[in-house]
Amino acid sequence: MNSALLSADLPYWAVSLLRVLGGLVAVLLPAGTVVYLFLFKMMSFMQSRLGPMEAGPYGSMQLFAEVGKWLQKEDIVPANAQPEARIFKLAPLIVLASTFLLVVVVPFGPDAWFTNFETGIFYALAVSSVSVLGILIAGWASANKYSLMGGLRAAGQLVAYELPMVLAVVGVVIQAGTMNLQEIVVAQNAGSMFGWDGLGNPYILTQFVAFLIFMISVQAELTQTPFDMPVAESELVSGYMTEYSGFRFLIFFIGEFATAGVFAMIASILFLGGWGVPFSWFGWTTIDSIDNWMNVGGPLILFTKMLVLVFFIMWIRFSFPRFREDQLQRFAWKVLIPISLVNIMLTAVLKVAF
Amino acid sequence: MFPLSSTTDTPTEAPRDTVREEALARVLGALGANVVDSLLKPNDDLWIRVTAESWRSTAETLKSLGFTYFCFLSAIDWLPSPFGKGEDDPTAPAVERDSTIKQGYTGGDTRFQVFARLVQPFTTLGINIKVDVDDAVMAVDSWSGVFAGANWHEREAHEMFGIGFNGHPDLRNMYLPSDFEGHPMRKDFPLLARIVKPWPGIVDVEPLPGDDSEEGEAS
Amino acid sequence: MTMLGDRQQLAYIASQAADARVNVELETEGMTLNIGPQHPATHGTLRIIARLDGEQVVWAEPSAGYMHRGYEKLTEVRTFPQVTALVNRIDWLGSFANEVPFILAAEKLMGVEAPSRAQHIRTILFELSRIANVSLFLGDLGVQLGAVTPVFFAFRDREYVLNLIEAATGGRFHPNFDRIGGLKDDLPAGFIEETRVVMKKLRTFCDQIEDLLFGNEIFQSRTRGIGVIPKDVALQYGLSGANLRASGVDWDLRRDQDIAMAWNKTEFKVITHPDGDSFARCWVRLQEVRESTKIVDQLLDTIPAGPVMAKVPKIIKVPEGEAWVSTENPLGEMGYYVVSQGDQGPFRVKIRSASFNNISITPWLLKGVYVPDIITILASLYFILGDIDR
Repeated sequence: MNSALLSADLPYWAVSLLRVLGGLVAVLLPAGTVVYLFLFKMMSFMQSRLGPMEAGPYGSMQLFAEVGKWLQKEDIVPANAQPEARIFKLAPLIVLASTFLLVVVVPFGPDAWFTNFETGIFYALAVSSVSVLGILIAGWASANKYSLMGGLRAAGQLVAYELPMVLAVVGVVIQAGTMNLQEIVVAQNAGSMFGWDGLGNPYILTQFVAFLIFMISVQAELTQTPFDMPVAESELVSGYMTEYSGFRFLIFFIGEFATAGVFAMIASILFLGGWGVPFSWFGWTTIDSIDNWMNVGGPLILFTKMLVLVFFIMWIRFSFPRFREDQLQRFAWKVLIPISLVNIMLTAVLKVAF
Repeated sequence: MFPLSSTTDTPTEAPRDTVREEALARVLGALGANVVDSLLKPNDDLWIRVTAESWRSTAETLKSLGFTYFCFLSAIDWLPSPFGKGEDDPTAPAVERDSTIKQGYTGGDTRFQVFARLVQPFTTLGINIKVDVDDAVMAVDSWSGVFAGANWHEREAHEMFGIGFNGHPDLRNMYLPSDFEGHPMRKDFPLLARIVKPWPGIVDVEPLPGDDSEEGEAS
Repeated sequence: MTMLGDRQQLAYIASQAADARVNVELETEGMTLNIGPQHPATHGTLRIIARLDGEQVVWAEPSAGYMHRGYEKLTEVRTFPQVTALVNRIDWLGSFANEVPFILAAEKLMGVEAPSRAQHIRTILFELSRIANVSLFLGDLGVQLGAVTPVFFAFRDREYVLNLIEAATGGRFHPNFDRIGGLKDDLPAGFIEETRVVMKKLRTFCDQIEDLLFGNEIFQSRTRGIGVIPKDVALQYGLSGANLRASGVDWDLRRDQDIAMAWNKTEFKVITHPDGDSFARCWVRLQEVRESTKIVDQLLDTIPAGPVMAKVPKIIKVPEGEAWVSTENPLGEMGYYVVSQGDQGPFRVKIRSASFNNISITPWLLKGVYVPDIITILASLYFILGDIDR
């Protein structure tokens, strides 16, 4: 958060500490909420069962129980992986690091952001590919045929689905005229549709196709069903994560759901108006005219929009069977990319027209 | 009692089964002298026994006659078990048992017989085919060239009875580890569970505490 | 039902050939993958050894026997009622169906026929065990392919059927209810009304599964055209049950055979499918569950009154002879070849189990498929380990 947010003049170390804590909260809070609300409870209700009910009221402490369980397990490195033990131990951290790098660029409010890059979305897409490295390393260093197959499948899939994601975002960037995430939010909330500014100008309406492509690509980037070939539980028993137990598996687990939350946040910024409500509701005109309470309300609004999008991601995860690897690739290269290219052309044309 | 073989026992009055009789006539006509014995139980089933040399050609002939569904293939060991029903007291001296070999339907001359069943699809007309396995040779021809499904059945019969199948592409053990010694389904291979703890035989139902004793029930 | 289009078949073959060319050019080393014996996908301890080239299978072979219990040897030292209890455990999901062919063979040898009420109730319980077995298959199908939700619905609705079987026989999984000459007991009060209600619930379940799983495009693209078994190959291997009917062979032992059960007093459709691929096998089983519920409804309407046990001596000695009886079990055709020499127990029992033949086709079938397709094909062939290994 930049220091304009805080009325008192805090020393630099205090500000840095607050930023670190804020980063941790921004990553762990969505992860925890998503895991409890959707993975434990919503999935259970959809499968006509109750889910965890013992730990805490309605199982709300289950998350802490699980964290405690994972932490107290033995730190195992398989014997065949001993020569590459350092890389084996490094892989989960790479995956988690990419999540933190991603959350740095997400704006939570008019003044509540970690960094304000001019090329925010470009940086975000670039950095989200770092997790591919972590997964490949995990698959190779596990010295296990299943994990290797999982890692290779994951590498192919994640690289393939980067392209539709990028191309879908290009449409938004053309429409907003900027790559800066903060400006994209402002453009949506301050904008108007055909002169009526009651709802701002959320890009989901004009870029609906791009929204769908982005959400599908996010589902694939997170290796969620129907794109969870790398982790196909009934074949590879966890794929690249098979040999990880205890704390390291917890890192993978947190990484998966935190990334889901962060991607949903980015999607809501790009398409749903991010942390803001339409400016016309409160009579704001520019970003500087926003009241200060929005710095508290903004994160909450962003959180809510994130939950809505993650709900859809998880819902599809529990309902669909999985694609086969070649069908998956075919879908990305032959279906998603051409559609997103057409979307870009149309957006460019319409942007000039209107 | 129903006759066990249509060539040696005198037939009794029985209902006619024209479908099976006609099928038997066709089969006997096609196989000719290879059929050693046959039995037709009206409205029940059809058995033939063929010579060992013609075992494989029998399969081909029957397949061309329309019996294209391969049901199963296995073997029978006709030696009465020297361990009886597993009720012997292990502390008592070993019981001498009658070990005369008595074969079943369509007779037989050897201790081991391989038998198989083929069915005409879309009907329930099936035919059971038996063949004697000579004790010295302990092998018959393989059916896996004629019916691909016989592959696994012959592997199982081989490991359980020790019968070889000439021409089988890959006669490995089906269920047991490859270094297993012995052939479990032979009657002289003991069932260890019953040797360790013999079956107590007909058991009297234990009376409930306080009740009069119940009459013994068959187990 | 639609035939698999030539274009689709050619497309699949072409894609396989293209992959094979790539693999040869890159000279990727073969990898031997061991699926099982402990594995979430296989219905038990089946081990499949697959030699891979990239993601394609060069050869694959199942290695059975991890659950071999030596049933045929065990039957030689038991009496006929004891064998009944043993035989329940071959196909443990549809257990009542295992007892029936054996009891029918013994009754054939004794020349006894069960009273018609007993035959009726036997058929009802047989069909209930078929429903229990196949509804679990439908749920498990989703899990093998990645859809984790249908299996919970399957287990939930299967509980109703298991409750019915428990009410009638005392055992959910291993009823041990059949006796030579009839049944152990009569039906409890309220069974008929309860069964009608449960059959309605199961029809709803079938509709749900059809919507959730079979209508899904991903499911269809995962199963259509995968693991095609032509008719003549199916007959050669002795495939039976839904696997055979999905290859277009119109043969159902309930309709085509005249045995002492009540199927010939009901009307039901025999469902076939011309394609012979995995989708066909799954679809045929789904329709068979529906038909089973209708059969049960018809049987409930027409149960005759009378005794449930014929006059048989207390200690049963079965006369000499050999008998073969086979029925249309949930997994396929299960038969018993019973050789008796006049004792209280059989001399030799050959158990012809459906899954043994069904799985014997996999070495031929799995050549050249992708690794995920191994799971799809095994899921659609549907086996129970107890049935393969006995």
